[in-house]
Amino acid sequence: MSNSEPHITLYRLQACPYCERVVRTLNDLGLDYTSRFVEPMHSERNVVKRVAGSRPVPAIVDEQTGVTMSESANVVEYLESTYGDGGAR
Amino acid sequence: MFDFDVVDLPETDHVTEGETAPDFTRPLVNGEFWEDASLSELTDEGPVCLVFYSMDGSFPATYIWNELQDRNLGDLLTVVGVSISTPYAHERLIERRDMDFDLFADPANDVARDYGVETDLDGMAGIEEPRPATFLLDEDRTVRYAWVAEEWPDFPPYDDVEDEIRTLVD
Repeated sequence: MSNSEPHITLYRLQACPYCERVVRTLNDLGLDYTSRFVEPMHSERNVVKRVAGSRPVPAIVDEQTGVTMSESANVVEYLESTYGDGGAR
Repeated sequence: MFDFDVVDLPETDHVTEGETAPDFTRPLVNGEFWEDASLSELTDEGPVCLVFYSMDGSFPATYIWNELQDRNLGDLLTVVGVSISTPYAHERLIERRDMDFDLFADPANDVARDYGVETDLDGMAGIEEPRPATFLLDEDRTVRYAWVAEEWPDFPPYDDVEDEIRTLVD
């Protein structure tokens, strides 16, 4: 698709507070991202299993760093340490 | 095809052949997730058959997608649907029909209005949806073929649609 495609993809569930926490962090850091909404039923989240290795959301795929990660506390920490003040990038 | 009275729909000033199809961005649902996507992202990849259909769960929705699926049109170009149904309903339709096609969710019916194919539903107060319509678009989003229902219910002229598609992609 377009060349300006964000390098971060967030797999999220509508109204999931843990997902919103990651969204807030992405916004705070000024990071562009693609939102992919998945089904509430855990067993139907095959795409998340495929890209992240397990089905829980939120999960992110960062094509710039090659990092794939789930669990909101981990994701927030990763984003802040990678893209926040004093981050590596 | 059906042995019951059909209702004539009023004339409409819809998008037609030679015009540029209006671009739009809506959640695009596949069998696994949905994300915002624009029509032009699809046409950038090649010709697109854009199918407006009645809300998921209605019998015309079932008939149309069964027929398009049986004709394997997805092998020739991108076939994509638009209805007022939510992404959750689209997920169920795709799963139940084992569909290869993605569906745009447009609950406010704005896309249908942009194309001039909106219609009110008798007996469903406050709900408006697209009338059945099929637009064949080339890579520049130019409309190469347009069919818009003039009565309700009505179904795309599948043989014509398939012929036009084969002519366009050959």
